[in-house]
Amino acid sequence: MYEKSVAELARALDAGTVSAVELASEYLARIERFKGMNAFLDVRPEVTLAQARRADAMRAAGRATALTGVPVAHKDIFVTRDFASTAASRMLDGYMSPFDAAVVENMAAAGMVTLGKVNCDEFAMGSSNENSAYGRVANPWDGNAVPGGSSGGSAAAVAARLAPVATATDTGGSIREPAAFSGITGIKPTYGRASRWGMIAFASSLDQAGVMTQSAEDAALVFNAMLGFDPRDSTSVERAPEDYTRDLATPVAGLTIGVPREFFGKGLQPDVEAAVRAALAEYEKQGARLVDISLPNAELGIPVYYVIAPAECSSNLSRFDGVRYGHRAAHYDDLADMIKRSRAEGFGAEPKRRILIGTYVLSHGYYDAYYLKAQRVRRIIADEFQRAFRECDIIAGPVTTSVAFGFGEKAADPVSMYLSDLYTIPGSLAGLPGMSIPCGFGARNLPVGLQLTANYFEEAKLLGAAHRYQLATDWHRRMPAGIA
Amino acid sequence: MSLSIDDVTRIAHLARISITAEEAHATLAQLNDIFGMIERLARVDTEGIEPMSHPLGGAQRLREDRVTEADAREENMKNAPAREDGLFLVPRVIE
Repeated sequence: MYEKSVAELARALDAGTVSAVELASEYLARIERFKGMNAFLDVRPEVTLAQARRADAMRAAGRATALTGVPVAHKDIFVTRDFASTAASRMLDGYMSPFDAAVVENMAAAGMVTLGKVNCDEFAMGSSNENSAYGRVANPWDGNAVPGGSSGGSAAAVAARLAPVATATDTGGSIREPAAFSGITGIKPTYGRASRWGMIAFASSLDQAGVMTQSAEDAALVFNAMLGFDPRDSTSVERAPEDYTRDLATPVAGLTIGVPREFFGKGLQPDVEAAVRAALAEYEKQGARLVDISLPNAELGIPVYYVIAPAECSSNLSRFDGVRYGHRAAHYDDLADMIKRSRAEGFGAEPKRRILIGTYVLSHGYYDAYYLKAQRVRRIIADEFQRAFRECDIIAGPVTTSVAFGFGEKAADPVSMYLSDLYTIPGSLAGLPGMSIPCGFGARNLPVGLQLTANYFEEAKLLGAAHRYQLATDWHRRMPAGIA
Repeated sequence: MSLSIDDVTRIAHLARISITAEEAHATLAQLNDIFGMIERLARVDTEGIEPMSHPLGGAQRLREDRVTEADAREENMKNAPAREDGLFLVPRVIE
C-alpha cells in the first residue's frame, strides 16, 4: 500500500481492505529499511501501533473521520508528548514536551497515526537540511543531492513513500523549496491559518505550518483536519472552517495566471525554465489565460528576510538559557558563564549566525536603520502582490533557480545558500498561501517544481488549480528508483 | 559598513553566546558578507511607508485574564537540567 496517496489510503481504510495497524506496520517496516536516508529522527513503533489500534477502534465504533488511520510523519519542529522534540538541535537533545502541538493534536483528533518525527535544518534554519545536528538527509532521487530545507526530512519521507503525508513549516520557503527538490507537492497556507501553538518558534511573523503530500488533492484533505482557529495562538485567524477540497472539480478555463517577469531573469537555469514554461503551456491548453506581471521589488525579499527573520529568531531563541530545559554546559564559572557556554555548545553554526545578525540589527542605534527599514520594504513587497492580484487569480513561476544541488556545494557560503530562496521568500514575507507541484525533470534527472501563489485565504482556489494540472500530467506520480 | 572583531565580540556578549577568538574571526567574514547583501535596503525609498510587522496587520487578540491551565508543575519541570523541591537550580548568584 506504500505507494498509495492519502485519498486512496482513506478509501481503502473505509472499505476495510486494510486496517490502520496493518498500514502503520507497513510504513514502519519501510522506515526501518530506508533508515540510511536519515529522514526520521525518532521512531517508536509501540507508540505508533497504539495510535493505530485506537484508529481502528474509532472506525469500529462508527466514529471514523475521512482520515482515520492514515499515517503522518511530523517535522521535528512540532512538539509531541510521545516522541522527542529536538528541532534538530543539540540544544533540545532528548527533549520530551509536556504537550502536543495544535497541528499534531488536530490530526490525532481526526484519527491520523503518527509514524515518528522527521529531520530538518536546526530550528528550521536552512535550505538544504545540512544544518541538522543529527546529520544530513539524502534526496531520494540522488543520494548525493540535498533534499532541500528546512523541511528536508518531510520531503524525503514523502518522496521515498515512507509516509503518505508529512507536516512541514515555512518561514521563507522551507516547504516549497524541499518539495521542488524532492519531486513532491508542498503547500503553505495563508499566515494565521495553522496554529503556531507548539510549533518551535523561529521567526514568528513568518512561521507557518503546511504539508508535504503526493498531490494537491491529498493536501486539501489533510488541510481539512489540520487547519483552524486556535485561541492559544494570538496570530491565529478567526474564520469559519472551510472545505479545502471544494474547488478540486473546478476547471481552470477562464482562470488568469500571472507570470512575474522578474522570476525568469538572470540566474534561472534553462532546465528549470523549460519545465516551468511547459507547465504554463499546459494551463493555457486547459483554457487558462497567461498574463505578464511585474513584482519589481521581489528581489529585495532576501535582504528584507535576512534582517527580519534573524531579528525575530534572536528574540525567540533567547529562551534557551540552560535553566528550565535544553542543554546545560557541564563546566562554567558562574550563572552568566553557564548561560553563554550552554548556548555556545547547544546551538549549531547557523542558528548562532542568525542570532548574532538579529542581536545586531535590534541593538541600540541600529533598530531603525535595519529592522524598521526592512519592515517598510516588506510592506512594499506585500503591496506589489496586491497590485498583481488585481490582474490575475494566481501567480505561477519557478520555485528555485536550479534543481537540487549537491551536498557541500553551498554549505561554506551562507549568502549563496540564502539565495536558494529567492523566489519563495517574497510570498512568505507577504504571508500568502503558496505551493510547489512537480512539473518535470531537469539536470541529472532531478525534479523541478512549479510555484503557485494565491491571494490571502484562497487555498481552495490554489489547490484546485494544482489539482487540474495533476489530472492532466503524471509528474507527481513519478517515484525515485530504488524505493520499491 | 563593515563590522570589526570588537563588534562581533560585543554582539556575541549581548546574545549571551561565548565565542573564541578563532570563531569570532571566521564569523566576522560571514557577517560582513551578509551585511553587504543587506546594505541594499538603505537605497530603497521608504518615505511614508508604514512598517509591516505582521502579514495580516490588525491588533493582537487579547484574552480574558483567567486561569486556563491546570497545574502541571512536575511535567513542566521534567526537562530541567537541574532541579530540587520543585525549583530550577542555577549556580549561586548571591554570596
